[in-house]
Amino acid sequence: MSTVAPSTSPSRRGSPQRTRIAGSLYRGREGMWSWVAHRITGVLTFFFLFAHVLDTALVRVSPESYDRVIDTYKNPFVNLMEIGLVGAVLFHALNGLRIVAIDFWARGTRYQRQMLWAIVLVWVAVMVPGAFFMFKHSFEQLFGSVS
Amino acid sequence: MTAARSYPTIPPVIESPRSAPNRPRRTRTNTELYAWLFMRVSGIVLVVLVLGHLFIMNILDGGVQRINWGFVAGRWASPFWQVWDLLMLWLAMIHGTNGLRVIINDYTRRDGTRLTLKAVLYTATTITIALGTLVIFTFNPDMGS
Repeated sequence: MSTVAPSTSPSRRGSPQRTRIAGSLYRGREGMWSWVAHRITGVLTFFFLFAHVLDTALVRVSPESYDRVIDTYKNPFVNLMEIGLVGAVLFHALNGLRIVAIDFWARGTRYQRQMLWAIVLVWVAVMVPGAFFMFKHSFEQLFGSVS
Repeated sequence: MTAARSYPTIPPVIESPRSAPNRPRRTRTNTELYAWLFMRVSGIVLVVLVLGHLFIMNILDGGVQRINWGFVAGRWASPFWQVWDLLMLWLAMIHGTNGLRVIINDYTRRDGTRLTLKAVLYTATTITIALGTLVIFTFNPDMGS
């Protein structure tokens, strides 16, 4: 525990009361907020998963009922939600790998902060082109020639 | 991280709720250990399965605009995608269920609330896994013709 990087550096010096906080890894800053984001993105994805299994199950009912439900997804608003979902899943996946590294890599806890900023960078690098290609059709539908 | 090493003399003190709780130190089973391990192992597999699924469906194959019954029929004609989707269904559902179980344990205060929420969760999970598995195994690609 003593090798753990403190997340609240101002408490390093000063009164004993403030020093008490120093060792808790997940209080405030990157450690805690990535934990919060991991929970939120996980729950969002899980609730979507129920809906996704149910709508796909309609292929077993009839081609017409499946197509009718899928057609309600074919608009720019749902497209935006899809991009949000991909963003949530991608963060959860990358941060999950970071958690595995923290748990199994000897220096994981020491570099947890740097690893968070590394995955944020990867997230942005994937999401910018990803969102572009995902929204391309909706953009053309809204402003362009494709109807 | 040099800042971290500048005060190794102060031991970390974990405050009240996180210090040794007033309950038996040992439980009889290692369920929580296996749950913890499962989250990591299934998580790594799901990174490949789910990100692959999202990339293929949303970008390579042109997104939901291209999707209809015939698309799914063509896909599940191949055992490869059947196994992919089946594995993804089971791992993602159990991974998500265990995640939500941990969250329920964290935030519920009364035994009744905790029990009810978990009952709802496990019921929904069982039905969803059973339904998804049934659909993948009993799907008939000739239905549309």
